[in-house]
Amino acid sequence: MRTDRTAKGLSRRALFGRGTALAAAGVGMAAGGATVGGGLVARALAEEAGNPANLPPHVPEWSKVLGDGVAVRPYGHPSKHEADVIRRDVEWLTASRESSVSFTPLHELDGIITPNGLCFERHHSGIAELDPHDYRLMLHGLVDKPLMFTLEDLKRFPRVNRIHFAECAANSGMEWRGAQMNACQFTHGMIHNVMYTGIPLKILLAEAGLKPNAKWLLLEGADAAAMTRSLPLAKALDDCLIAYRMNGEMLRPENGYPVRIVVPGWEANMWIKWLRRIEVGDAPWHHREETSKYTDLLENGKARRFTYVMDAKSVITNPSPQAPLTHKKGFTVISGIAWSGRGKVKRVDVSLDGGRNWRTAKIDGPVLEKSMVRFYAEFDWDGRELFLQSRAMDETGYVQPTKDELRKVRGLNSVYHNNGIQTWRVSPAGEVENVEIS
Amino acid sequence: MSRFREAAGALLLLAGAAAGTAYAESTKPGASAATPTKVATAPLPAAEAGRVHYGFGREAKPEEIAGWDIDVRPDGQGLPVGRGTARKGEELFIAQCSACHGEFGESTGRWPVLAGGAGTLASHDPVKTIGSYWPYASTVFDYVRRAMPFGNAQSLSNDDVYSIVAYLLYLNDVLLDQDAVLSNESFPKVKLANEDNFIDDDREVSEKSFWKADPCMTNCAAGAPKVTGRARAIDVTPEDGTGPTVE
Repeated sequence: MRTDRTAKGLSRRALFGRGTALAAAGVGMAAGGATVGGGLVARALAEEAGNPANLPPHVPEWSKVLGDGVAVRPYGHPSKHEADVIRRDVEWLTASRESSVSFTPLHELDGIITPNGLCFERHHSGIAELDPHDYRLMLHGLVDKPLMFTLEDLKRFPRVNRIHFAECAANSGMEWRGAQMNACQFTHGMIHNVMYTGIPLKILLAEAGLKPNAKWLLLEGADAAAMTRSLPLAKALDDCLIAYRMNGEMLRPENGYPVRIVVPGWEANMWIKWLRRIEVGDAPWHHREETSKYTDLLENGKARRFTYVMDAKSVITNPSPQAPLTHKKGFTVISGIAWSGRGKVKRVDVSLDGGRNWRTAKIDGPVLEKSMVRFYAEFDWDGRELFLQSRAMDETGYVQPTKDELRKVRGLNSVYHNNGIQTWRVSPAGEVENVEIS
Repeated sequence: MSRFREAAGALLLLAGAAAGTAYAESTKPGASAATPTKVATAPLPAAEAGRVHYGFGREAKPEEIAGWDIDVRPDGQGLPVGRGTARKGEELFIAQCSACHGEFGESTGRWPVLAGGAGTLASHDPVKTIGSYWPYASTVFDYVRRAMPFGNAQSLSNDDVYSIVAYLLYLNDVLLDQDAVLSNESFPKVKLANEDNFIDDDREVSEKSFWKADPCMTNCAAGAPKVTGRARAIDVTPEDGTGPTVE
């Protein structure tokens, strides 16, 4: 059964209305208190949200009638009340939706696993809809024997499970010249973190037998962009996977069904979806996605190429512009994510005063190689203006830089690899906005 | 690693005499019966785990590889036999490409600009085109052949691609004669202006200062924070009514 709904946008009114309802229904904090000049927030806080007919002492409707039975929903959906929790796009960003990006609603998530239906999308010729029976993976070039695999063939190989983040190289790219997108979803949402099931690529390479002069791989997709990237052999033999499952189920079409490559810690453009061909060669191919695109222009007019690794980065997801603070004062949990392509996240620090002073956050949940971690910082908010920042550090000792530190090295036209520290200004009314500060 | 070796060894034992026999083709209804293909690989000692063969899959046939192997490298590897001229390419470009890219590669709307931009890379607003930015002409051939026209990919003949690439190089002042023949033989001699301006990732050197044993924790900046930029002032964030329809 399908029902069409139009999601709410991101207007301030919608945000505050929703936030208020969540606050009251959620953590059960005492609302009320003195009214300040916060307009919508203050007024909404004066009374608890909800329909009195469903509140005690009344018995609500759902306590009296039967609901759907089992398997009425053979593949479940989120509650209709979570209709705002969706991928969104920024129409002016690209010339067409087929070569574009949609963003993960990070501010609506917790923990570290991104639900499959919310994983950001980035296509260059739309979603290829492959018939798994017609799927073939070709492995050829500098190998002893060129091979052709069906999906069933691939599923017979030994498998491993790995949780990794995939972050678009252009994530936060719109922020290079200043604060531009007033939403965490749009400043940081080109990322997802899921568990992949797949075959270590080295097993397939061993199956074909590498020639002594093998140094590079060309990865190619089966979509109409036939996306290609050159991959150094050492990385292929290290930790790359040929994956066919995400979070247990088969890959979603938008994430490469039935097969994609997982290149842990490296820019997601290299994670070729709908993978159809791997060619082994002795030199990089210098294709469009590693020359015209995914090269990073510096101030002097030269450009970096092969900037594979995604450096340590973090962002506070709550509060953030789409998730304002709806209580005026008191105990407050800051929640966010951190990740590094160079290994494990070692530490995350949080600042309430724009980087003047820092406290070390609590990391809760699994801490894995080249995976997101979830951090929390708790404090008593006295109702004052805040400038929230988070700063990640990884096991190599790399510390997430400020945007200005990055700009000093790279200028303003790099487009990619913006891992600078994000600042959210929280107003006394609890409203949150994307700012830059000095 | 050692567990992998044991598992691989066990698999070989299980496979026994059938080791190296692969059952190709899918189980799709109506597909031709699976044909076992003999794979000539003697099982190696388990110590050489990297050389263990499972025997899944089959050998890729030369004609299959030829059909899919469309990539081209800067040294000319992969260039198909063919030829074209900018004069011929102009006709093709007007018919097939100009709706998005403009008649002279100047682009329409927000589609990519393909020509111009010389000398802008170090400016505030760089214009990155084939002529101003791309390092290798081979990339133009490869990309046009694999992905263009947008929405009708892999529809151009090799000669068409040579002609369109010749026209693009002509628009970018790389080729100066619109009747000059661009072919698999002449192509590798073409040089683009920006080839030498790419450097390999040097972050571990140029950004060495980002590795810090003890980042500052207290009194790290003087004075109260001053807001220097606000996304709200730029006002380009999608708002009401821009959410997609949820099915």
